[in-house]
Amino acid sequence: MTEVLFGIAAAMTLGGGLGVVATRNVVHAALFLLLSLVSVAGLYLLLFAEFLALVQVLIYGGAIIIVLLFAIMLTRTREYPRISDNRQWPLAILAAGGLFAVVTAAFLWKPAPDAEPQGPGLAKLGETLFTDWALPFEVASLVLLVALIGAIIIARAGGRG
Amino acid sequence: MSLEYFQVLSVALFSIGLYGVLARRSTVLILMSIELMLNAVNINLIAAAAFLDSAFVGQIIAIFVITVAAAEVGLALAIILQLARNKSTVNVDEVDLMKW
Repeated sequence: MTEVLFGIAAAMTLGGGLGVVATRNVVHAALFLLLSLVSVAGLYLLLFAEFLALVQVLIYGGAIIIVLLFAIMLTRTREYPRISDNRQWPLAILAAGGLFAVVTAAFLWKPAPDAEPQGPGLAKLGETLFTDWALPFEVASLVLLVALIGAIIIARAGGRG
Repeated sequence: MSLEYFQVLSVALFSIGLYGVLARRSTVLILMSIELMLNAVNINLIAAAAFLDSAFVGQIIAIFVITVAAAEVGLALAIILQLARNKSTVNVDEVDLMKW
């Protein structure tokens, strides 16, 4: 049963990813990305990471796709419905294929010992996050704050410096 | 269902993202490909945490990866807006002011 669910989620993830890099329409690419990211949330559920599945749908599906669609809308150019790739795309296929072959071989060379996936549950995850990882957590919130203030300053109308 | 399934899926998604970063011209599409790569890394982290690690450090790190991804998209939107405003293009190969 889980194999079937994994197959469906994996096919949707990879299909969405291929759609992102293959389509000629920028808006379609954003929608393919949404498909891919939401299927990744399904994979997280199969790995018993319920909280991350929720965060994935909220942050990626809700926030990041919307920001990307804003970027598309605000920088609309004539070529958006029919964009072209650059001339190095055969090299890009070579690089991506090479990376896939090498890392897959490395993963399959020494497979991990058989185990069942298990999750910590929300309570334990939250407890760890706010005890052992409290300082990195605070730094992460600072990173977000600084990045968003920087984004506002950079994007301000007429702001050239 | 074992760890290798998730690892191979993660590498496949990462390779698709790498292809997108190298082959696309529009900054918005390059940004989307980077998101694919970040998600591939997250799948790998969470799968490793679920199968191997009883302390689930992978899930914690995945939360930080998502945080940084959100910050990165916000900044990138601002930079793309300025690029479109000043150069009236969002294609990376047309931004060649510092190219000799």
